[in-house]
Amino acid sequence: MKRATIKSIPYEEFKDNETYEKIVAELNAGGANVVVRALDDLIDWGRSNSLWPLTFATSCCGIEFMAVCAARYDIARFGFEVTRNSPRQADVILVCGTITTKMAPVLKRLYDQMADPKYVVAIGGCSVSGGPFTKSYHVLNGVDKIIPVDVYVPGCPPRPESFLYGMMQLQRIVKVENFFGTTNRKERDPYKVQAAEKEEQIYNQEEQA
Amino acid sequence: MFDFSTVTTWLHSFLMQTCGMAEWGAILTESVLVALVIITLYAVFAIALIYMERKVCACFQCRLGPMRVGKWGTLQVFSDVFKMLTKEIISMRQSDLFLHNLAPFLVVTASMITFSCLPWNQGAHIIDFNVGVFFFLAISSIGVVGILLAGWSSNNKYSLIGAMRSGAQIISYELSIGLTMLAMICLTGTMSFSEICHDQYVNGWNIVRGHVPAVIAFLIYLVAGNAECNRGPFDLPECESELTAGYHTEYSGMHFGYYYLAEYLNLFICAGMASTIFLGGWAPLHLYGLEAFNGVMDMIPGAVWFVGKTFFVVFLLMWLRWTFPRLRIDQILSLEWKYLVPFTMVNLVLMALCVAMGWTF
Amino acid sequence: MSEELTPKAAPAEAQKAKAAPAAAKPAAKAATAKPAAAPAAPAKPAVNELKPQVLAPEALRAEMERLRHKEGMDFLVNLTGEDWMEDGLGVVYQLENTQTGAQACLKCVTTDREHPALPSVSDLWDIAHTYEREVYDFYGIVFTGHPDMRRLFMREDWVGYPMRKDNDPEKDNPLRMTNEPLSDVTHSYELTADGQLVATEHPLFTADDYVVNIGPQHPSTHGVLHFRVALEGEMIRKIDPVLGYIHRGVEKISEQMTYPQLLAMTDRLDYLGAMQNRHALCMCIEQAMGVEVSDRVQVIRTIMDELQRIDSHILFFSCLCQDLGATTAFLYGFRDREKILDIFEETCGGRLILNYNTIGGVMADIHPNFVKRVKEFIPYMRKNIKEYHDIFTGNVIFQNRAKGVGVLTKEQVISYGCTGGTGRASGWHNDLRKIRPYAAYDRVQFNEVIRTEGDSFARYMIRLDEILESLSIIEQLIDNIPEGDVQQKMKPIIKLPVGTYYSAVEGSRGQLGVFIESKGDKNPYRVHYRSTGLPLVSVMDTACRNNMLADLITIGGTVDYVVPDIDR
Repeated sequence: MKRATIKSIPYEEFKDNETYEKIVAELNAGGANVVVRALDDLIDWGRSNSLWPLTFATSCCGIEFMAVCAARYDIARFGFEVTRNSPRQADVILVCGTITTKMAPVLKRLYDQMADPKYVVAIGGCSVSGGPFTKSYHVLNGVDKIIPVDVYVPGCPPRPESFLYGMMQLQRIVKVENFFGTTNRKERDPYKVQAAEKEEQIYNQEEQA
Repeated sequence: MFDFSTVTTWLHSFLMQTCGMAEWGAILTESVLVALVIITLYAVFAIALIYMERKVCACFQCRLGPMRVGKWGTLQVFSDVFKMLTKEIISMRQSDLFLHNLAPFLVVTASMITFSCLPWNQGAHIIDFNVGVFFFLAISSIGVVGILLAGWSSNNKYSLIGAMRSGAQIISYELSIGLTMLAMICLTGTMSFSEICHDQYVNGWNIVRGHVPAVIAFLIYLVAGNAECNRGPFDLPECESELTAGYHTEYSGMHFGYYYLAEYLNLFICAGMASTIFLGGWAPLHLYGLEAFNGVMDMIPGAVWFVGKTFFVVFLLMWLRWTFPRLRIDQILSLEWKYLVPFTMVNLVLMALCVAMGWTF
Repeated sequence: MSEELTPKAAPAEAQKAKAAPAAAKPAAKAATAKPAAAPAAPAKPAVNELKPQVLAPEALRAEMERLRHKEGMDFLVNLTGEDWMEDGLGVVYQLENTQTGAQACLKCVTTDREHPALPSVSDLWDIAHTYEREVYDFYGIVFTGHPDMRRLFMREDWVGYPMRKDNDPEKDNPLRMTNEPLSDVTHSYELTADGQLVATEHPLFTADDYVVNIGPQHPSTHGVLHFRVALEGEMIRKIDPVLGYIHRGVEKISEQMTYPQLLAMTDRLDYLGAMQNRHALCMCIEQAMGVEVSDRVQVIRTIMDELQRIDSHILFFSCLCQDLGATTAFLYGFRDREKILDIFEETCGGRLILNYNTIGGVMADIHPNFVKRVKEFIPYMRKNIKEYHDIFTGNVIFQNRAKGVGVLTKEQVISYGCTGGTGRASGWHNDLRKIRPYAAYDRVQFNEVIRTEGDSFARYMIRLDEILESLSIIEQLIDNIPEGDVQQKMKPIIKLPVGTYYSAVEGSRGQLGVFIESKGDKNPYRVHYRSTGLPLVSVMDTACRNNMLADLITIGGTVDYVVPDIDR
């Protein structure tokens, strides 16, 4: 047996370790043999260090995202600078800004278009909960209502340091994933089922048409 | 000068005599070995180039570039490769699945075969025969078929526009590449890459021998070669701000990885050809009259010379890419047909004149 | 409070104020409590009060044509839809003569709530085309004679008209996760003799058009904007902008907020003009209340506005470079922008959303380092502008892509109401800092940067030259910040006198106006922002036609819109 651990990020550097410990506990409960876990470690290492974000920005936070990519904060240090414009090639969608009800199906579709494994980071008050526009008739109160969110980064807009912190938290989540055997991302399944059903439905409609 | 053919001869005789293989068996074994070496080199160079590009562009942009994964970020690209290998490959309804899956392989195959045309060292040529330049030009244009297929089979308008742009662009610029190469063939009098290199080893680098027309040809080759690789400022086919990701918009996982690899390898091949034809390939730097200096230069293996020159040209191309804004499609085509093609033709005549009159070094 | 009302505007307004908020929940209480809590009457009438001339729908066309053609009112500044409950639905038009500066304000009301219809003025001012669609979307007022009566912001299957006071948009409109139906046809309406509305169908795109969707999620639209582009090869035949992907309903939620709460919304509209937006709103409220802010505040606000303008123009430069593929120049812009953000951060505490201006002053005094930092920044930026010109402006590829591309004539920009750099690039003198100086602009020397070419290159150069002008404005003020209070004493509950108010500032990308209608309560009856971006997006079709797809990027980049500001 091999225990899942995180290597490159010192444990003490983060304040909230509970969630992470929970994930590790779940993971180790299932158990994995040494070879498989070693392979998992390798893949997780690759994935966590190569989270290519989708260029997706709706409002203010997008400008801060650009600042994160720029010289002073330089997200490239982590290897995340390869922003892809095609959802097919991106690994993580940073939801930067307010999601309105008109945008919600578009966001969902973008998420569906991404290839697995895919992650979602909700950036800023608006995408976490609706932020200052919670009361509006046209604003979705939190993107977690339509897509599963891995990391929440609060702020309006969050400082670039918070972006980096959020991305590092996401790295930690990725680092304890299982590629072979079980998966600890079970919350995904309902969405997949839903998506498959919907696709089937659309397909049938198109067949008839 | 170290001649790599001693190694190949020794290997051949080792297989034939020590292992007692038949002629065909030995050749088969050698082919397999060579193929493995090629594939490994291909991957290694792609990774090196991607790392280099990320670091070089970071330097131009006052940034640091990758530095968290491994020392100075050296392992960054490896982690990208692991990621990409385990990423889902999406296939879409209503796309032409067969062609869709075939396209990236065509692109990679084309670039791999052209990669094998490069002369690495004296005696280290993989594909080398008397019409090597023609072969190179012919094979390199298979890549465009892959791109067109990708655009067509994706059933996506962005992809289609990107592919059509790419088709128009690559086919146009092939003309310039062909004509500049022709000018240099005029000078060397042979189309075999090994002989071109050897000729330069004996008589000096082509860019020096051919002086004015050779320099012009070199510059035009750089421009056209850059366009051929679909790299900025000619990156219209995948022009991010208009077409999201151009012809490979719908590709994910390793299929996209193939395009990514091929893009960088094409850059390498383009630079490698520039160094073979203009900068002497594996021929070391010789200065007329300085025998001692030349002797020292000869100590450095040819492969190091070749790779060194190639990376120098790669750096030039990266510099171009990270400095210039992108051209518009009509500007790209008018640059080629109105300026570069007439220019290369005049240059070809000039070169022929120089050679005929013996005005070369 | 009714005693200071001007006689003309008073009767109608006062009646409405009493009757109005029967349905609107929070307003109802305030209305009954109104007389007791009325603030002290301002000494003089508000300088920014609008006194709209009320017109009957039948008389509107004739009067509008007269104003447009006889009096030369060629600039439709603002068009605000309103719902006055029993008094009907209507529109407030604000017009301006760009030659003389004369202004007019008209109001047209219809009492029919079931099928409200007003005559369209979209043939007189091009921008009315978009504004009327917005009013139709929010209030359901059909404009007869308008060629394209579709919703502007909401989904096409949206039920109801959200800005009506009696409408509960969330009840009828659950979250729809189906793809939005986008119709290929549109309708225009005519009023028949017997008062019936008759619809005529017009195609937007035909089956022969090769329509490419640029957006809603697209790297070059600077946010979530959706262009439906009909292409012929690479040539653009038609563009249909689909808006509303970031429509946050700011104007509707503003109606339930108190005035200080309103301030939080403005920074997030045009996030590259946070200071200026908030300045506009604070100025509108202050002027309406007759509050004079101290000289110190005026100067600080001016400096902050100009810093914000530089910030915004640098970002414009960066994004344009990025769109055109010159990634390195993009990062150079951001490098310099961080310097401004540092200055902001020391004083305001924020980088992007600054929350600095307040009603009657600013949140806090400037940081002790402020003057020093700004003085360091001015020469630094002057040097770097030269670098921008070296790396990007002089580049032959950029010049070929920008010169002569997307030309807009002076008539077009005025008719479309494209203020700011886009208008000035076509030779329209529209700088509010010069025309109607506010804050401390009357005591500084600066040039209004004007070009006449009207192409993308002119629009680009205007912005870079304006950075230099802004630097010179700051230079003149930074040593002479007068002493004084940074915050006037305000009443704990801020109420505006009954009336309609409009104030505008020169934002980073044009005239940013705030329209407030007050019934004397602690929350506004109607708030409308004259968006700087909406005219700029409306003009895209005109500017891009018969250009290539790649030019869409150049033109979109150089007209410089910010999407949340368009959608509000």
